[in-house]
Amino acid sequence: MQDERPLDPSRRNFFKSGAAAVTLTLAPGVTVMAFGGTAASAQGADAGKRWGLLIDVNKCSKDCEACVTACKDENGWEGKGKAEQNAQWIRKVTLKDKSTGRESSLPVMCQHCEQPPCVDVCPTGASFKRKDGIVLVDKHICIGCRYCMMACPFKARSFVHEPVNNQKTFAPRGKGTVESCTLCVHRIDAGRIPACVEACDATGNGAMTFGDLNDPESEISKALTAYPSVALRDDLDLNPGVRYANL
Amino acid sequence: MRLILAILLVVNFAISAVAEEHPDYGPEIPSATGEPHPQGNEFMRKFHMDLLSHDRDLTMYEGIRDTDASLKSCFDCHAVTDQATGNPVTYEDERNFCRVCHDYAAVRVDCFMCHRSTPEGFNEPALLKSRLLGPDDGLDDALFTELAAFVANLE
Repeated sequence: MQDERPLDPSRRNFFKSGAAAVTLTLAPGVTVMAFGGTAASAQGADAGKRWGLLIDVNKCSKDCEACVTACKDENGWEGKGKAEQNAQWIRKVTLKDKSTGRESSLPVMCQHCEQPPCVDVCPTGASFKRKDGIVLVDKHICIGCRYCMMACPFKARSFVHEPVNNQKTFAPRGKGTVESCTLCVHRIDAGRIPACVEACDATGNGAMTFGDLNDPESEISKALTAYPSVALRDDLDLNPGVRYANL
Repeated sequence: MRLILAILLVVNFAISAVAEEHPDYGPEIPSATGEPHPQGNEFMRKFHMDLLSHDRDLTMYEGIRDTDASLKSCFDCHAVTDQATGNPVTYEDERNFCRVCHDYAAVRVDCFMCHRSTPEGFNEPALLKSRLLGPDDGLDDALFTELAAFVANLE
């Protein structure tokens, strides 16, 4: 489609208003550049980053649902229809080792795979991976075929069965489309951490660590280097961004 | 070709004559708050969807959130307040800013199947039950309740 709009060079000026660049020359050859506002909101998704989560199952309390509640409140997916049809962006799962009887409880959400099967099977291109590793659904393109729900080994995606209103501005959702955890992409773009991680920290459990897997100095990378952790369904070679310790 | 041009010319004159006789012909557009659009109302009337489509992809794929155009910022100025309750009206209400023109043009807007139709922070009332079956089913709420009870019995 031809864009009939008159050209206006200022319109597509990304580094504008709150993110005006300030350049300060300290000495010849040494330049300090500072951006007003948060650097994240000025630049958007950064291809050099790979966002990930590390969940320490030992620290996750069995009867704590703080992450699930926080996600519901943040993204507004509290279901009002039938329980079996309601969306689940994140759920608590209890695993039991049959031989020892040991039970562990952990949250499972979209694992933000490096090789996401949901993206492979999507017939319209609605399911996509952002350049910083976050797997999302473009609901303008989603036709609600639910192939991705079939393909996902983690049962992370939900279909919206009923008409919805009162959505959050940053988390539009509606009948006939598929949705899942966005890793709180609106928060990440503003330089904040996902709501589930914030809620987990607030309870004092501190079972969730969020950070950049590509940055060797980040808290999550250091923890992954120091302690053993697993990816769910490691056999599928999907390289998820969400990893579990002490599972 | 000349004949077509002649017909077009006549039709054009006829339309402008009607417009002159009926200056109020057309939808009654609710007034907005805030600064007027620098591009002008005529531009926004024609291109608002182009602006929204362009910027929505920027936000979704590039994560650029301080865009010029967004549905959210539309409602900063274009929320219609219900005088009785003092609350903004949702898309379910025919006084909603978007609906005024789109109803007039007999075009149903799909935006609000996924997006909220009021300013952020306002708690939108629950959807009418009859809408759960779709907008054109002709069911009122009472009939819907009856039907729902019947279906529940079947299960």
